Amino acid sequence: MTRGRRHVHTSADEFPVAGDRHLLEVDDLHTHFRTPRGVVRAVDGVSLTLERGRTLGLVGESGCGKSVLSRSIMGLLPPSADRRGAIHFDGQRVDGLGDDALRDYWGTQMSMVFQDPMTSLNPVMRIGKQITESLEVHTDLDRTQARETALALLRSVHIPEPERRLRQYPHELSGGMRQRVVIAIALACGPKLLLADEPTTALDVTVQAQILDLLQEQQRERQMAVVLVSHDLGVVAGRTHDIAVMYAGQIVEQGPTATLFSEVRMPYTEALLSSVPRLENASHTRLAVIGGRPPDLIAPPQGCRFAPRCPYVQERCRVEQPPLVEADSPGHSYRCWFPVGTPAGREALERNLAANLPQAAAAVTGELTVEAG
Amino acid sequence: MPAPDHPTDAPVDAAGGGEIPELPSLTPVSTLEPVDLVAADGGVPLAGRQARRGRLGVFGLLAVGWLVLVTLLAVLAPVLPLDDPDDNIASIVGQGPGTDGHLLGGDDLGRDLLSRMIWGARASLLLGASSVVIGLVAGGVLGLIAGYFRGGADTVLSGMFDILLSFPQLILAVTLVTVFASGEGTSATRRMVVLILALGLVSIPVLARITRANTMAWSQREFVMAARAMGAKNRQIMFGEVLPNVLPAMFSIALLGMAVVIVAEGGLSLLGVGVQLPTPSWGNILSEGRADLRDSPHIVLIPTVVIFATVLSLNYLGDVVRARFDVRESAL
Repeated sequence: MTRGRRHVHTSADEFPVAGDRHLLEVDDLHTHFRTPRGVVRAVDGVSLTLERGRTLGLVGESGCGKSVLSRSIMGLLPPSADRRGAIHFDGQRVDGLGDDALRDYWGTQMSMVFQDPMTSLNPVMRIGKQITESLEVHTDLDRTQARETALALLRSVHIPEPERRLRQYPHELSGGMRQRVVIAIALACGPKLLLADEPTTALDVTVQAQILDLLQEQQRERQMAVVLVSHDLGVVAGRTHDIAVMYAGQIVEQGPTATLFSEVRMPYTEALLSSVPRLENASHTRLAVIGGRPPDLIAPPQGCRFAPRCPYVQERCRVEQPPLVEADSPGHSYRCWFPVGTPAGREALERNLAANLPQAAAAVTGELTVEAG
Repeated sequence: MPAPDHPTDAPVDAAGGGEIPELPSLTPVSTLEPVDLVAADGGVPLAGRQARRGRLGVFGLLAVGWLVLVTLLAVLAPVLPLDDPDDNIASIVGQGPGTDGHLLGGDDLGRDLLSRMIWGARASLLLGASSVVIGLVAGGVLGLIAGYFRGGADTVLSGMFDILLSFPQLILAVTLVTVFASGEGTSATRRMVVLILALGLVSIPVLARITRANTMAWSQREFVMAARAMGAKNRQIMFGEVLPNVLPAMFSIALLGMAVVIVAEGGLSLLGVGVQLPTPSWGNILSEGRADLRDSPHIVLIPTVVIFATVLSLNYLGDVVRARFDVRESAL
């Protein structure tokens, strides 16, 4: 509890500390769930690092382990989960800590914004109480101070008429408003790391951008590190320093955002990119899709996990799992034997087209449709 | 006894209905100001407010009115201008209502029935309320623990609930009262306390199971994990986050439970282990009167009607409580 005794509005005096300690360091994390059908490898060997004040985008299809990864980092896993690997937060090893020890981190060091603001607020508790509750847990503020802080927080997340909102119940607020409240709660105790687990998925498209802008603004103001989890590349594209693309429990490509978009190596990332609708396309352009579905995480494919859906797939991909290798640009790495944009990849695709491999044909005709449209 | 348990039928039209019913008086006017259009376009909150189910209605008001009346009479019994419930008045022995200015007549010992019914309400209501409070507190806490922590705690506690439930409840209560509060020289107070404890014990597993089931459902909600992610302790989450959501269901069942206890006391009285005479209770008035059913049926009829009305009111209100909170949940 002592760790948390800190006033809330201290972003100004918390500049990133120069030094070699990463804020967050995840090393070979495995999170498996024991189920009656077998062990689900929801996160299977993920390593990543995050510096203070940086934003990491975590992208992938539904069911690829994004949410489990972010919950593993927080330590918010159900008892059926089995977590291995090391997690260091601010130089301290935090995996293996019990709930009691983690409570010193939750809220004050790292906090989380959940996907659905309809369910992540308590329906029978006034907004004000929900915000001040964690303040009362973690700080010495008395009731009036906590209320003042709650007001300031609501203002900082741009909620109009904050005094009135304090007395309202969640059902009296719109979805976007509720997500702002959720963000205000998550920020209340000045965390150094904010895990945003698909914070806009449940919201109206028009509200999504506002919420993302708000997150970005708060991230800058408070010098927080943010992990922005999303299934939508468009969401993370302009708002992150780095991106990690997940597939079937593994990171398949990661790198600085600009590099990743300009020098795609992993066919899965390429497929994700081409399935984002583009404004410059004519209307009624057929949207490229990734055929098939993600593998069963109880018995993932033996070789590359994307192999069954990959337009570039070769014999080697089906038997041998590619390691995460460094690309030419610094900080950029990927998992692929026949990477996109290299002669090997081009040959592989041509071979597959010649052999009439359905997903290869689909990938190419998808592009043709786009150009023709 | 009405048993309309259709938790699913309430929510659907709450959000969907295109027509705008007139605003219930309970709606806070301030929330309808134009500023709130943001909330209104989400659709759900406004609709949820407008189509609020579970309002009292005519029957609800009747039920509340009846219960308030009975409670007031019971509380005020010592100051009301009533005959002594133990006085034997020769002129009204076995006489029907209206005889000699005695509104409800007299029983077979010439005691004024109105007075005995009102004094009896004290015992019956006290018994009903106290046992249910015991059930609410003990059953509520145990149910919360079982539903929140699951695992081993749940296995042990649920096993205990099942064991308690597997006893025929009336027999369990009879046994307890017989063992701990019968025989020569048992004071009326001791009998009452043991009755309350026995019927309280019997209602624990019922309330515990309802609480447990609801706690399990609510503990899965994201806001519980959100509270955990903000560093709240289990105790805070159980009592601060989960309990307020579970309370409506608990109250709803507690109202039904109170009705059951009042009826059960009648059963115990018939078996001779109800509230101890001469202290009147609805149950023992009924049970005493049954000997004279042929000659003076009113002695049995009056408590029967009163118990019926009370039980009906409690059940109806239990239902209103449930329906009311169903809507709020669906509006989310």
